[in-house]
Amino acid sequence: MLLIPCPFCGPRDETEFRYGGQAGIAYPDGETTDGEWAAYVFMRDNPKGWFHERWFHAHGCRTWFTVERHTVTQEIR
Amino acid sequence: MRFTFDGHAYRGEPGDTLAAALLRNGVRVVGRSVELGRPRGVFTAGPEEPNALVRVGPDPMLAATTVELYDGLEAWSLRGKGRVDPDARDERRCDKGYLHCDVLVVGGGPAGLAATVAAGRAGARVILLDDQPRLGGDLLNSRVTLDGRPALEWVDGLELPARVLTRTTAVGYYDHNYVVAVEQRPHGERLWHIRARRVVLATGAHERSLAFPGNDRPGVMLASAARAYANRYGVRPGRRAVVFACADSGYEAARDLADAGVEVLAIVDPRPDPPPVEGVEVLAGQVVTGTSGDADGVLNGVRAGDRDFACDLLAVAGGWNPAVQLFSQSQGRLRYDEELLAFVPGTSAQAERSAGACRGLYGTSEAIADGYAAGAEAAGQSGLSGHGPRVPEDDRRPPRPPAAVWSVTGPSSEPAFADLHRDVTVADLARATGAGLRSVEHVKRYTTAGTGADQGKTSGAVVVGVMAALLGAQPGQVGTTTFRPPYTPVSFATLAGRDRGELSDPVRTTAMHDAHVARGAVFEDVGQWKRPWYFPRAGETMAAAVRRECEAARTGVAAMDASTLGKIDIRGADAGAFLDRIYTNVYSTLPVGACRYGLMCGADGMVFDDGTTTRLAETHYFMTTTTGNAATVLDWLEEWHQTEWPELEVSFTSVTDHWATVAVAGPRAREVIAAVAPGAVDLAFMRYAETDVLGMPGRVFRISFSGELAYEVNVPWRHGRALWEAVLDLGAVPYGTETMHVLRAEKGFAIVGQDTDGTVTPQDLGMSWIVSSRKPDFVGKRSHARPDTARAGRKRLVGLLPDDPAALVPEGAQLTSGEGTPALGHVTSGYASAALGRSFALALVREAEPGDRLTAVCGGEAHPVTVCSPVFLDPGNDRRDGLPLTVEVGPYQGEPWPAESPAAAFAARFQAASTPAARLREIAFEPMWEVRGADPGMGLALGPSWWLVTGNVPPGPEWVDVSDQRTVLELSGPAAEEILITGCPLDLHPSVFPGHAQTFLGRASVLLERRAPDNYRVYVRSSFTRYLAEWLLDALGGIYP
Repeated sequence: MLLIPCPFCGPRDETEFRYGGQAGIAYPDGETTDGEWAAYVFMRDNPKGWFHERWFHAHGCRTWFTVERHTVTQEIR
Repeated sequence: MRFTFDGHAYRGEPGDTLAAALLRNGVRVVGRSVELGRPRGVFTAGPEEPNALVRVGPDPMLAATTVELYDGLEAWSLRGKGRVDPDARDERRCDKGYLHCDVLVVGGGPAGLAATVAAGRAGARVILLDDQPRLGGDLLNSRVTLDGRPALEWVDGLELPARVLTRTTAVGYYDHNYVVAVEQRPHGERLWHIRARRVVLATGAHERSLAFPGNDRPGVMLASAARAYANRYGVRPGRRAVVFACADSGYEAARDLADAGVEVLAIVDPRPDPPPVEGVEVLAGQVVTGTSGDADGVLNGVRAGDRDFACDLLAVAGGWNPAVQLFSQSQGRLRYDEELLAFVPGTSAQAERSAGACRGLYGTSEAIADGYAAGAEAAGQSGLSGHGPRVPEDDRRPPRPPAAVWSVTGPSSEPAFADLHRDVTVADLARATGAGLRSVEHVKRYTTAGTGADQGKTSGAVVVGVMAALLGAQPGQVGTTTFRPPYTPVSFATLAGRDRGELSDPVRTTAMHDAHVARGAVFEDVGQWKRPWYFPRAGETMAAAVRRECEAARTGVAAMDASTLGKIDIRGADAGAFLDRIYTNVYSTLPVGACRYGLMCGADGMVFDDGTTTRLAETHYFMTTTTGNAATVLDWLEEWHQTEWPELEVSFTSVTDHWATVAVAGPRAREVIAAVAPGAVDLAFMRYAETDVLGMPGRVFRISFSGELAYEVNVPWRHGRALWEAVLDLGAVPYGTETMHVLRAEKGFAIVGQDTDGTVTPQDLGMSWIVSSRKPDFVGKRSHARPDTARAGRKRLVGLLPDDPAALVPEGAQLTSGEGTPALGHVTSGYASAALGRSFALALVREAEPGDRLTAVCGGEAHPVTVCSPVFLDPGNDRRDGLPLTVEVGPYQGEPWPAESPAAAFAARFQAASTPAARLREIAFEPMWEVRGADPGMGLALGPSWWLVTGNVPPGPEWVDVSDQRTVLELSGPAAEEILITGCPLDLHPSVFPGHAQTFLGRASVLLERRAPDNYRVYVRSSFTRYLAEWLLDALGGIYP
């Protein structure tokens, strides 16, 4: 059970959150090729190690935020 | 204390385990082994027991060494493994609890006690867990002294500044210092979920066995266990004993057994230079090479070298294994210690430290010293030396290194067991390595060694040692298998706790639920909701009921409880612009007072949800979503707003539970509306009115999901029952979800999630008309131009008419154009239609044009069908406006049903369950608003720029009335907090809990507010109230003095 630091509520159990996948995937501006658009919609990193990811405090303050989590050790920083 | 075993009556002493009581009564054979059926006896005195497995009541398999004796206990022997009896009565009341601390100490032996004292004195919040009824750990079993006094006196003299949980076994160590423990309570187990800043593991060590021929006979026992039975329970585990001592603890056992009156014939020590022992022969450099048994297989002789000893007890001291299971579960890495011949904690992965015997410090004083240091360190103190408590001195000699003996081979034909529980022998291990297996993980799976209920606690080291010998390697090179939770077996009843039966998952109910029950509705589950499926009259089949309900809606007037639709209040200057980006069609130009049907797509362009959104005012919209998707859609809106378009001024408030909704449909619906909401009688199609409903403020939308004249009438939850009863009293026929499905399918309206599956675009549904080409962008727009979504030949929504008008084509049936050809699609909806006088279906299918002939195949059936338009009824929408009023209709005159709060039906049960320790009541009809944007200067902060204001205050202009969205349950009294921790994962300690928080209670999302030290308010959504009320009543019933 991860303990996730919500910027508004403080550390809370993982079960209060919804996972939001990789962070920093911006909505493409302007014209995109099919390949660029497919990359935005479908392609995500899956690193072994540190990973910027989004969480949503669905059962708390309903804030979306980003944390950096180590996918092996589960450390969060 | 009287008890029975396999039907025989015995007597035991208070404090006995079942194993101790059996030995006290001379019961040697306690069960039969799982594979070979060999007689087995008590082998250990703790949770590591591989042999003595018994059934007690509904528990199919418990270690007799862990069962506390009670008067009237009935136990039955097992052949290795138990079987669940589904009919066994289980009177236990299991639950769970959440605890938080600075320092969690696992294990109440010398190291754990010392760590608790040190951490507690340093000011830390400390929790101490121990699996035994009494603290002391191995001190309970030994006769060690501290400063010349019995060690238990030191234990009893300790003041423990901690929450101490005895009879509590830590079974799992998870990420971020989350430890799960099982407490044995008088009425059932409690599963504790403990979050600790730091953990001190003081889990001690397990004595290990070793493999020699005939080592499984009843009468062969670990030396530490024999010592424990003699010292702690006053039970002689045999009359004449031989001790097989690979480690010095065997000598201690020999001494204690002799003092307890057991005749110790010899100590067999493989090491060359043993210390002299008074009165006992020591066979140096020797090993036990075999055993003999009587007719029952019970030990009656031991062979060592060329000597035979007639004895009924063989105490085996194979050496010690630190109990590293929890350390390993925490992802810490083990290290093999060549001197201790054991795996010990190496590198920690979490904020954790091992202390005492679980890291190889077996002496009592050294464990205490290590515990003090670990406790102080965990509490954030360093450099304790000199200031800490004095370490008492024990009377033990420093032990010599153990003998590196794992197995003994001899001339005996008896098998030598490595794993008693799984009946795995040294020969089995040799077969595994002989077959080429090198990894201990592979050998485990090949032989099943270590997979028993004991998880190889006594056998793991033997298996590794034997494998090392077979492979010509060192044990440290072989390594161990992965330790996984749980450390000891946990029953499913314990894991389920309170979440069983009707509390297994929250059931959401509407304001009209009791009315539906009273009318005999058959319910279906839609998400967590209970929705009426149909309303059968006496003796009526489902088909007949649905036909009657459909006819009422098509020819007269019918009504459905539509309260479960998701409802979202959307406000802000940019609300229209936001909706334009979320929906495929345009909302910013929607006139005030108008409703519009919309589709939402994911970024992948696939249909994600649908519903109507109404513009209530210039900057105020009201969105409805599908029942099952309400939470997902609200999340979706928040996600796009917060993560992509934070510059847009817009906010979203769920009002799903605030409003009770009745859909009134049918050509004569206007007559009902004229009586209940006269102000809405002249509403045009897709228009809305804020108007009195039964004299109460309500909202009426002229929206149709059936093609008939229809209204969705909304009133606050408290008036939902009154509205429903009035509508039915006025002649509307109640209908359920099945009729709703038939009516909409006849009109070709797709249901998201039934006729779509996440791979369907609006264009696939034939709804290109709803996809704006004028807007620069909306979520999903770009994906509609992807090659795959834009190509010809995609599956599209079509209608199907079976050749046999009585044939119901099942949903999921595959569609083919002929035998041996691939499926072209599948049936998504299939019904019998009263209006059409025949069956029909909707399907997603490719390359099909109206008039094409297909075959729908399902199971062994094949239905020839003809493709047609999905709109089966009234393609010109001529039925939309219904019948005009031909008679004067006055306001409804019936006796109004009183306003009802969500927990009104529980008032008497709340009162009955309340005690001086805990009182429960509903605070009904509390006025509440959700406020966004600027701080109102009052109320409870729920999130950034988000407040809940309660009470009789004048509301601000943009406050959203949510008075009926939640109700308030008040829990007060000295036991309130102990009740809340059985379902609330938050730390309620006054130094941590901010006074209120949104979190869980049980499985319901709540807002929890502490008004005073013993007074809590639980704000729960109206639809979850019934669930939470039952949950709280169960919790109140679980408080025992």
